[in-house]
Amino acid sequence: METPSPLLRVRNLTQAFGPLLACADISFELHSGEVLGVVGESGSGKTTLLNCLSARLTPTNGIVEYDLRGRGLTDIYALSEPERRLLLRTDWGVVMQNPRDGLRMNVSAGGNVGERLMAVGARHYGAIRREAEDWLAKVELDLGRMDDKPKHFSGGMQQRLQIARNLVTKPRLVFMDEPTGGLDVSVQARLLDLLRGLVRELRLSAIIVTHDLAVARLLADRLMVMKDGKVVETGLTDQVLDDPHHPYTQLLVSSVLQV
Amino acid sequence: MTRAAPQSESVVEAGYNFAYLDEQTKRMIRRCILKAVAVPGYQVPFGGREMPLPYGWGTGGMQVTASIIGRADTLKVIDQGADDTTNAVNIRRFFARTAEVPTTEATAEASIVQTRHRVPEDPLAEGQIIVYQVPQPEPLRALEPREVECRKMHAYKEYGLMQVSLYEDIARFGEIATSYSYPVMVNDRYLMSPTPIPKFDNPKMDDCPALQLFGAGREKRIYAVPPYTRVKSLDFDDHPFAIQQWEEDCALCGAEETFLDEVILDDKGGKMYVCSDSHFCERRRAEGHRGRLSEGAAKAYAAAVGADVEEA
Amino acid sequence: MTQEDNESAAAIRVENLTKTFVLHVQGGARLPVFADLSLEVAAGECVALYGPSGSGKSTLLRSLYANYKPGRGHVWVRHAGDSGGGWIDMAGAPPHRVLEVRRRTVGYVSQFLRVIPRVPARDIVAEPLHALGVPLADARARAEALLGRLNIPAAMWDLAPATFSGGEQQRVNIARGFAVDYPVLLLDEPTASLDAGNRAVVVDLIHEAKARGAAVVGIFHDDEVREAVAERVFDLSKERGAA
Repeated sequence: METPSPLLRVRNLTQAFGPLLACADISFELHSGEVLGVVGESGSGKTTLLNCLSARLTPTNGIVEYDLRGRGLTDIYALSEPERRLLLRTDWGVVMQNPRDGLRMNVSAGGNVGERLMAVGARHYGAIRREAEDWLAKVELDLGRMDDKPKHFSGGMQQRLQIARNLVTKPRLVFMDEPTGGLDVSVQARLLDLLRGLVRELRLSAIIVTHDLAVARLLADRLMVMKDGKVVETGLTDQVLDDPHHPYTQLLVSSVLQV
Repeated sequence: MTRAAPQSESVVEAGYNFAYLDEQTKRMIRRCILKAVAVPGYQVPFGGREMPLPYGWGTGGMQVTASIIGRADTLKVIDQGADDTTNAVNIRRFFARTAEVPTTEATAEASIVQTRHRVPEDPLAEGQIIVYQVPQPEPLRALEPREVECRKMHAYKEYGLMQVSLYEDIARFGEIATSYSYPVMVNDRYLMSPTPIPKFDNPKMDDCPALQLFGAGREKRIYAVPPYTRVKSLDFDDHPFAIQQWEEDCALCGAEETFLDEVILDDKGGKMYVCSDSHFCERRRAEGHRGRLSEGAAKAYAAAVGADVEEA
Repeated sequence: MTQEDNESAAAIRVENLTKTFVLHVQGGARLPVFADLSLEVAAGECVALYGPSGSGKSTLLRSLYANYKPGRGHVWVRHAGDSGGGWIDMAGAPPHRVLEVRRRTVGYVSQFLRVIPRVPARDIVAEPLHALGVPLADARARAEALLGRLNIPAAMWDLAPATFSGGEQQRVNIARGFAVDYPVLLLDEPTASLDAGNRAVVVDLIHEAKARGAAVVGIFHDDEVREAVAERVFDLSKERGAA
């Protein structure tokens, strides 16, 4: 049986900040259509890992390869900066924990979604607007708010807008950093359901950093458990959560409050 | 129309260098201009000097003019199209005194035209240089406050964001409402601010026979459009670039295709539209063209705005 | 792989499976469940796992689904997938292969429905079929047929099951498990909280699955149901080894 080549391949990735190892010798592969959850407590190196994977922080050591359209697995840090930036706004998406970092707060919701289209050359206003409307509807934003600025939106709406803004170019891989962080539980549930539906419908691959194991269970096919910059356990999400092997994972799983 | 240089005691003899700036500074600025001409639309940083007037009054344009002007040049200076407003009069007088060059109001007679916020109505010709005063050279600044990010966007030709600002216009007003500082692409490569000229003047920049130089004193940037370079105003396929239109003609000279200023005549809502290019309008009237306004009103207007007043 | 073609009747083959839990949070306590367990289930056959509470029935069933990770041994499943068919070891395959096997080949009905916020019952049932590429309308029609057979009133199909009773949730769960015609079905006490009428429906569903050639492994606390569906009983109390 032939295994298809992965979408993303990470080998021996290490990120050192002085003497501190934020990520230590991490290797894994992500296949097309897979959703990988990265869990662990604050300071375990999750976000640093995500930044390294998404071409926004050059790792101290190691190789991150992505299956570029038409080029196959390519070391993303061997690409030129404009190539990396192009990748980030076309075939990739990055959903930030704080919408302020991922949205233009002074540009209307429609403009925020349309920006990525215009960045790749769309020059027909009507077509851009229709596509933006389409995406705002997909993330369940009221079209009556299309020309409002996101600074007047609630946290949940801002997060949904950020998702629409990222998905409009039909990326194959999306990076998400605590996508439900800082939201009310009911708002979280709606966002999670939306994300879950979009990931399946669009056959997205995603890497989701979260400290919330319920979020991980709902969204991720596979988990990577991090502690002190190291990956201590990996496996299918239900395997890791229902039959954790590493002492730290067992502690993490047993610490979750049952509702 | 050319006025002779003042015959008073030469300021050069009085201790000032020719055209105010020292020669080393002029060389530095000329090198920057050469680079700017070589890379049309690219903003070249330069070591701006303090000029004897505040930022915002044309210090950038003056340094460019001072660096390129020679004794054989004839200078025209306009502010919003008029030769006779304070800023234009002062800058013209400054060069008349420090460089002792003849000045003119006639666009065709000038070898250098320094301008604030307009391009003259008379077409520019080969051999002429137009120097724009630039308050803000960075067209992306309002959208992207980070300087490093702006420079990367220029370097990698990532101009989607500029398009977003036009999108926002249409979303809000139903059309591209930006009427001045309307962004342009130069030579299909660099996004450039045309300075706060009305978008009416943008087409004049395209394929222009004259050399166009831009100087920003506060931001210390120089950029240029060499003669016969493509300058394209950004737009959308379904919202093409269009210049302003007026329902009236110039009330004084009857010109139909010029940029018009609105002039309030009284406190009862009376107003008229006149050419913003004062020299152009004057010449047409001298040639016998007449607008709908009576001779008397024209004289009253002239008296009110101080047109035809000779410089000291 | 290691299997011979003439064993084509087998759908799932367990070889020398060993499972021991190590509880690090409780001082590294070791809990052996079973050791060197072997079992083969043929297509069209139903095997009932048997044994007292704590004998490891659920652990074995979950290990077959790769929900639990055995320490040693293999769980071979005959899988016809996108990238060719063959035997796949659920205990050792990479995660994306396991997921593919779960999508196409091995279905699992757990004891409890994992409720997903906001997703209506009909879509919960239709989802596995839709994920295989069946058009949503067809998947929903199949879901409605199953929910109807399991006596979930049509008025509830549009509701998210969070507010359903335990028995209703379990029936939604069963419908979801039977939506796809999996070649291998794992059932963990599917009739536990059902009344006699619905128990009979589940028994029928199991018979139908067997008739189309599914291999079924189940835990049935109800003797009557077990006798009705199972060809064989696999007694785990005899398997408890020195793991």
